[in-house]
Parts: sequence; C-alpha cells; structure tokens
Amino acid sequence: MFEVRIHGRGGQGVVTAAELLSHAFFADGRHAQAFPSFGSERTGAPVVAFCRMSDTPIRVREPVVTPDALVVQDSTLLHQVDVFGGLKPGGFVLINSTRTVGQLGLEEMEDGRCQILTIPATVIAREHIGRPMPNLVLLGGLAAFTGLIHLPALLEAVRQHFPGSLGDKNVAAATAAYDLVLSLRPTTAGEHTKESAGAHSA
Amino acid sequence: MLTQLEGSMAVARAVAACRPHVICAYPISPQTHIVEGLSAIVKSGELPGCEYVNVESEFAAMSVAIGASAAGARSYTATASQGLLFMVEAVYNASGLGLPIVMTVANRAIGAPINIWNDHTDAMSQRDSGWIQLYAETNQEAADLHVQAFKIAEELSLPVMVCMDGFILTHAVEQVDVPEVDQVARFLPPFEPRQVLDPDQPVSIGAMVGPEAFTEVRYLAHERQMQALDVIPRVAEEFRAVFGRDSGGLVRGYRLEDAETVVIALGSVLGTIKDVIDERRERGEKIGALGITSFRPFPLDAVREALGAAKRFVCLEKAFSVGIGGIVASHVRMAMSASPIANYTIVAGLGGRPILKSSLHAAFDQAVADELPALTFLDLDHGLVDRELARTRAGRRSGPAAENILRDLGAVRAGSR
Amino acid sequence: MSSSSASPSAAESLEVTSTSAVTVHGPSSVPDAGYHMGVVPEVVHDSPAATPVKFYQVGSFAVGNRLLPVSERSVQSDPKRFNSLTSGHRACQGCGEALGARYALDAAMRAADGQLVAVNATGCLEVFSTPYPETSWRVAWLHSLFGNAPAVASGVAAAYKALGRDEIRVVAQGGDGGTVDIGFGCLSGMFERNDDVLYICYDNEAYMNTGVQRSGATPPAARTATTQAVGADPGNVFGQGKDLPRIAMAHEIPYVATATVADLHDLEAKVTRAMSMRGARYIHVMVPCPLGWGTASCDTIKIARLATQSGLWPVFEAEYGEVVASTPIRRQVPVEDYLKGQKRFAHLFNPVRRDEVIDRLQAQADRNIRRYGLLPEAVSPTLPPIAEEANT
Repeated sequence: MFEVRIHGRGGQGVVTAAELLSHAFFADGRHAQAFPSFGSERTGAPVVAFCRMSDTPIRVREPVVTPDALVVQDSTLLHQVDVFGGLKPGGFVLINSTRTVGQLGLEEMEDGRCQILTIPATVIAREHIGRPMPNLVLLGGLAAFTGLIHLPALLEAVRQHFPGSLGDKNVAAATAAYDLVLSLRPTTAGEHTKESAGAHSA
Repeated sequence: MLTQLEGSMAVARAVAACRPHVICAYPISPQTHIVEGLSAIVKSGELPGCEYVNVESEFAAMSVAIGASAAGARSYTATASQGLLFMVEAVYNASGLGLPIVMTVANRAIGAPINIWNDHTDAMSQRDSGWIQLYAETNQEAADLHVQAFKIAEELSLPVMVCMDGFILTHAVEQVDVPEVDQVARFLPPFEPRQVLDPDQPVSIGAMVGPEAFTEVRYLAHERQMQALDVIPRVAEEFRAVFGRDSGGLVRGYRLEDAETVVIALGSVLGTIKDVIDERRERGEKIGALGITSFRPFPLDAVREALGAAKRFVCLEKAFSVGIGGIVASHVRMAMSASPIANYTIVAGLGGRPILKSSLHAAFDQAVADELPALTFLDLDHGLVDRELARTRAGRRSGPAAENILRDLGAVRAGSR
Repeated sequence: MSSSSASPSAAESLEVTSTSAVTVHGPSSVPDAGYHMGVVPEVVHDSPAATPVKFYQVGSFAVGNRLLPVSERSVQSDPKRFNSLTSGHRACQGCGEALGARYALDAAMRAADGQLVAVNATGCLEVFSTPYPETSWRVAWLHSLFGNAPAVASGVAAAYKALGRDEIRVVAQGGDGGTVDIGFGCLSGMFERNDDVLYICYDNEAYMNTGVQRSGATPPAARTATTQAVGADPGNVFGQGKDLPRIAMAHEIPYVATATVADLHDLEAKVTRAMSMRGARYIHVMVPCPLGWGTASCDTIKIARLATQSGLWPVFEAEYGEVVASTPIRRQVPVEDYLKGQKRFAHLFNPVRRDEVIDRLQAQADRNIRRYGLLPEAVSPTLPPIAEEANT
C-alpha cells in the first residue's frame, strides 16, 4: 500500500487533489481510496486529505498515520501544524515553495531520512492556469517524484474533472511540474513516464 | 459499471437506478452530496417519471414520502443526525402505517454539543421505531443495500433505513460497481402497494386504534420484522444472482473459524478491524470479526451461531446508551443468554474521532488478556475529563462543560500547561 | 375536470348508496356499525350509510330550493352527491366543522368527478370521522400526523404527477391548530412550492379536540382553557395571533378565500372555484364550535353570520396575493351582538362590562371593513369612531 497525505488550507483544492490522485490510480488499474480529514472547513483553515493506493482492496479507514508521501501545498503550515508526523523512512516530501528546503528551515530533513523537495507550484500555476491554485501542479510533481503515478492517467483524471480550456491549462501546469521534478530528480521517475494507463478506464 | 467515485454519488446513482417516483430532499451534512446528486440526475431528465421535491424540513421530507408512498409511488429520502430526530414523529408514522419508504441515514453524531461528524447515535436512537436498519461496510455495499432495500421494503411493507458512515463513507472516493438500471430492473419488480389511496376503491388510512386492537397491530409490526430475518438473506441471494457479488444479508463473519475472541461492529470500521485481525492472526492470535449488517431485525440466531465456541466478544460501538452502556453489546448478550461468555464494550469514534489501528491493538491486547473493563471509551483523555470534573466541584457557576473542555484542549495544544 | 354532477350509480330512489368498497386500515372488528372493516354491501337499505336524504323547502338558499335553476342549486341539494362524509360520525350536535367539511368535500368531489384523495390532519374532524373501528369517509382518505397534513398532501400530489395520474386531485384539511400552529411550517412549504393541493382550514379558533386550548387563531379576549377568564385581564391577550389568509396571500399562491358555514352555498362555490385551478390553494372556513364557544348547538350558523355581519370575519377571495372579491356586509351589527351570544366572551359582560375590550374588538372589525371594503364608503353614524390601528 502507498499512502499519501496532503496538507493545505481550505480553498486550495486539497480535497480535489486527493480525489484526482485516486482517479489516476484507478485508471491505472489499482484500488485507491481518497478522503478528507474533517476539521472545520473554512477558507484558510488547515485541511488534510488522504489518498491510499494498493493492488488489493483497501479496507482500513483510519487517517493516514504513516504516509509514504507528503504534499504540503502551503508552506506557512510547516511550523504551525505537524505535517511530518509519521512519515515513513525514505518517504517523499514535496513542498510548495519558492524557497529551498534549507531556506525553509528544514535542512535536517535532508539527512537521508526521506526524500524532500520544494517546487514553486503557485508560480507554475499562475503561469499556466492564471490562478494561484497549486494543487494539481503538485500532483504532477509528485508523479515524477515518486514514479508511482502515471502522468497520462493523472492528466486524464484532470481533464475529466476540468473540462475545456481549464482542463488544458491544468494539464499544462501539471506537466510543467512533472518535467521540473524530473529535471531535479531524474532517477526513479523516468522509467514510468511512458507506461500507458492501466486496466480500468476512468 | 466499475467507477471511481464519491460514496454519496454511488448511492445517488444506485437510488436513481431503482427508478423512484418521488424523492424528497432536505439538506444536512453529511448527506448533502446524495440529494444534490439526485437533484442533478432528475433535473437533467435522466430519471423520467420522478418528482424531486425540495422540502422545508426533515419532518416535511418524511411526511412527503408518507403521502407519496400511500399514493403508490416508490419514495426515497435521506437524512442524518439532527434531521433524523426532527422527523421522528413521521418516522414512527411511516412504519406504523406500513409504508415501504427507503431512507439513507448518513450516520452522524447528535448534539448538543453540535457535531457534524460520524458516529451511530442517530440511527441507534431509532432502533425501536419499527424501521428495518441495514449498515453498510463499504461504499459498494452502501450502493447495493439501497437496491436491496427497495425490494425488502416493498415485499414486507416496511420502511428501510440504509445506514452509511457520514464522511467516512459518504465523502470517500473509492471504486464502486454502480448498479445500473437494467440490472436493477431484473432484480427489483415495479412497486405494487399492499394498500393505496385509490379514488376508485376508497379506503381510510390512518384511523385511530384503541386498546382493543393496538397490541395486535403492534405485534404484527414485530412479526413482519421477524419475517425480514428470512427475507433479507433471500434478497441478498437474489442480488448475488443478478449482480454477481455478496452484499447485504444479516451478518458477515471474518476469520471466525477457530476464533477465541470475536470483535463485533457495524459499518465502515469493520475495514480497519479486519486489517487489525490479519495483523494479530499473523502473530498466532485466534481472533476474528463479525460484522452485523442487519441491526433491525437483530439476527439473534445468526449472531449466536457466528460466535460459535468463542471465549469472548468485544463490541466496538460508535454509540452508547447514556446511563447504561453499550447497545450492540446488550443485543449480543441477549443472543448469548443461553450460554453467556465474557464480553467487553469499547465505545469508539464518537463525533468522528478517528479509530486508529494502534488504539485497537492496545485495546484488544487487554481484551484477550481479559484485562479490559466491561465498558471503555477508546482514547478517552482522562485529563480533560478530570479537569472538568474538578471545575464543577470548585463552584456552582462552572460554565458550559463543552466550551470549558474545548478551551482546555486549546490551552493544552498551545502548550500553556 | 368534468363539471357535470356525476355520482356513484344510484337508482331513482333518494337513497345514497355506493358500489365501491370502503375499508379501514387495521385488523378486523366489530360488526354492525356503519362502515367497518370489510366490504360494504352494494345496496343496504337498513345501513346508516344508505340513510334516505330528505329535503325540506325553506328559504331562498336552502338545500333543495326548487325555485333555483338546477345549475345554481347547491351540491348538497343533489341526491346524487358523493356524500363524502356520511352520517354516523361522532361530531357534537351543532358542529360547524362537520357541516363545513361535508359541504366542502362534496363540492370538491363533484368538481373532480370523484377523482380525489383527502389528507387529514389530526384533530376534531379526523377523530370524529374515524371512530375506531369505523370511518365516515367515502373518499380515499389518509391521516398521518398533526403537523404534516400539508406535506403529506404535497407528497400525494407529487406521486400522482410522477405516476402520470394528476387527474386525481388532492385536498388537505385540518383545524386551526394543525394549520396555523403546528402545521405552519409545512403549510408555508407547500405554498412556496406551489404544490397542487387545495388546503381547507376549518377554524374553530382553538384546539377543540383536546379540550379548548388557545391556538394562534384564537381571537383576542376569548376564553380558552389556557387563556382563562380570570385575573385582571381575562381571556386571550391582544396583540398575538396569526391572520392565516393574509399569510397565505403573502405567498402569492393562485387562490386564497375565506368562508363560513353561514353561507354554505358560498363555501361550495369557493371550493368549486378553487378546484378549477391548479397549484397551491387555500380556503379558511369559520366553523363555530358550540362546546368550545359556549353557544347553543342550534345557533352555529347564526353565530357565523353574526361574525361576518359585524366585520370580525371578513369574507373575501384573493388571487396571487391580491384581493379580487369580497362579500359585502348586508346588515351590519355591532360586535357586541356577536360576542354576547358566546360564553367564551361572557366575561366581557359579567360581572362588569369591559367596554375597553369590546371597543378594541369593534376597532378590529372596523379595520376589516375598511381593509376589505365590506361596506360602502359611508360608515354608519352609530358606530364608534375608528380606534388607532396600531392597537389592534
């Protein structure tokens, strides 16, 4: 099982991100479960959403306590909420920021306990979508980072959720992030990029 | 068709596939996505011959369903928590009149204090209302149970409540093989009412019944639920024949064969419990789980049979009866009254508190060692409780308990203690 | 809808019989008492349901007036009327509601050519018309709860629409308690959705069936069990209460009307008019209650007439929120003439006259007269000057 936890604030599309991720996994022929944690959902309040992926049916319903991957959509959460709690050794951490990991005060996390990366997702979003909505951008980055999410499946899920030109823009943004992460971490991601979508059509 | 979608939408589509004639909707978290989904389906023309009525309260929702059902229409509504309570008079009226209404209850806690998250307090509060109550373990089962519910309801002339955990199931996106219209048509015959308002054959429905006959009428309601003990498994069988999967029924066991300890629960927590069972089995522990799908009628025989030669059972309950303790546990004890075994009630998940595998493991460790108290509240913060009790002892105007506890919690979080 | 007075087939005799089965939902029962569980035999001369209808020729608007053309005669004068609420019910002697309901339902049944379902709220009408194990209803009838008749009726209407059977019309009925108070939310919902239901409120101005308790329709100064004639300010207080017809008008539904049992032909005409329309319609009928009002059972119609002639009960029709017609007062009476015949207002006269209260009630009547144009512009000089509107 692969478990993803996404942190952000209300209004940043955290829940949508988790859902679309699950759609991408499903399109790939996998079982996927996405759900939000249910704090008070007002714009600006911290929000967490989860997505689990497995080749066998997923039965567990608890929140993701030991994530394999973390996405932090809003870096102001870093020192406010315990976003790193339970992170598995070797887990992936992708943070939306124009600053480096070190500049965010997280240099200790570069000691090999996990794989950690920042990308300027909001900037990429503004550039391609015209709105500061980093959620799908980060998913594109996560696809490249973990190598477990097939970009075509993700992009198809994005298009189904956002039809028309908004879909195209989100696809462009996600792809840009994917390419960016590939260039930053070319190791694991490359093998998976060309594989087609899986058994189930979304 | 196998689709990745939100639980609420799976239910909306399953209900639509049953071709209801009247859907009445009043919004309440966490059921809103279901009625919104149905609204779109009806308004788009995908569901012809269906009237979608936006009512002014849950009491109106059940009342509209009563009128529609009495007029011969297949009727559906959905609610949760406070909404269920608001319609209670009509809930009893529907079952008393024998109207085969199907209602989704997106299980949610009941205030005060107000809480929008999941537990079973709402449906449990209506366990004596005469409605059949079915609990879904997954979103697949939630969709399937609605299809079965119409068949069960219409055959018995009894209303059916399909319970699914609010947010945990309603708002989870997972894969569901959504029942489709043609499949449902092979399974669910058109609604043929046992009683109906018909100007050509006028009857008076809803007259007063005095002491001479009230007992008999109420006995018949019980008798029909007893019949349901046979109808529910039969319908599940028929469902399997058409849809090709197991869904519904009275109870479902997991790794019970030689289990010495059986964990009993309703709804989605069974998924988490099964993972815990597997982990413990790996260590050699003889433990299994029993999911109860039909809570009303309560399948005493099936539960007793499932418990077999177990030494103890642990009821994990998302509700409790204030002033006495576990509800499901009391039912299981009734099933085991001829040969009682050790048993424990763990109240968990109240108001949406996550039920963690780690907490379950700790509690089960105690249970299998017979070191668990008869009644425990999982992950209870004794400190918070004790401090509130101290406040109440310190003076008369101790203030609202809930707010005090929240403030205390905030202070703890802010590190000021 | 057919406008002809079709009816269950009957022979030339005046017996009213029915060939349709009428049953009460419930277990089997006591034989020998009117309609009971089981099928009613086709023609039973001894059964109370087949009570021969006798007519007496009295006055210009009474039943059976042979001077009127057939088309203008009341529905009740037709021996082939549906007899929706047949004899054998347990209403008190002189019950205004039993009278009003019979007239209203038969008119509605005629307008609907028999294709009608009635939904009833809990209350006097429901209780006296369905005394276990019998029912006096010869129409398809449903009683659910006290506060939900409008919603249940909306459900029935929705069902027929979905089933493609909307030639079957829906009438909901309830007392003032069930309509103005506990059913108010559901009524407003039915109105705002413009559901295809005719709601008839039989207003006897208190919760009569439970022992005469005050409702939101109880007039000021009236004695009820919860606004007793004791203390410095006996009876119901001023400044409370709801004017349901005006609230209905505020919803701008197709048709709102008031009526009383003093003018039964008018009641029938209004029901008939309402049945010619679709959507949410509301008729508010004054039905005096001898027991609750402390009037003689033979005075029910007279008291209702005094109410209209004093101006306290304006009789009018409205469509889409605007008054379109009102019934002028023929012979105005001071409110005192209306009040003094009712024990529920006795404390206004004994042991002392409470002129200030009587005057305030008169001011209310005068306000109605002005508001609905119930009298020509010239106000009678014997009436007291119009009191301040704000007080009423």
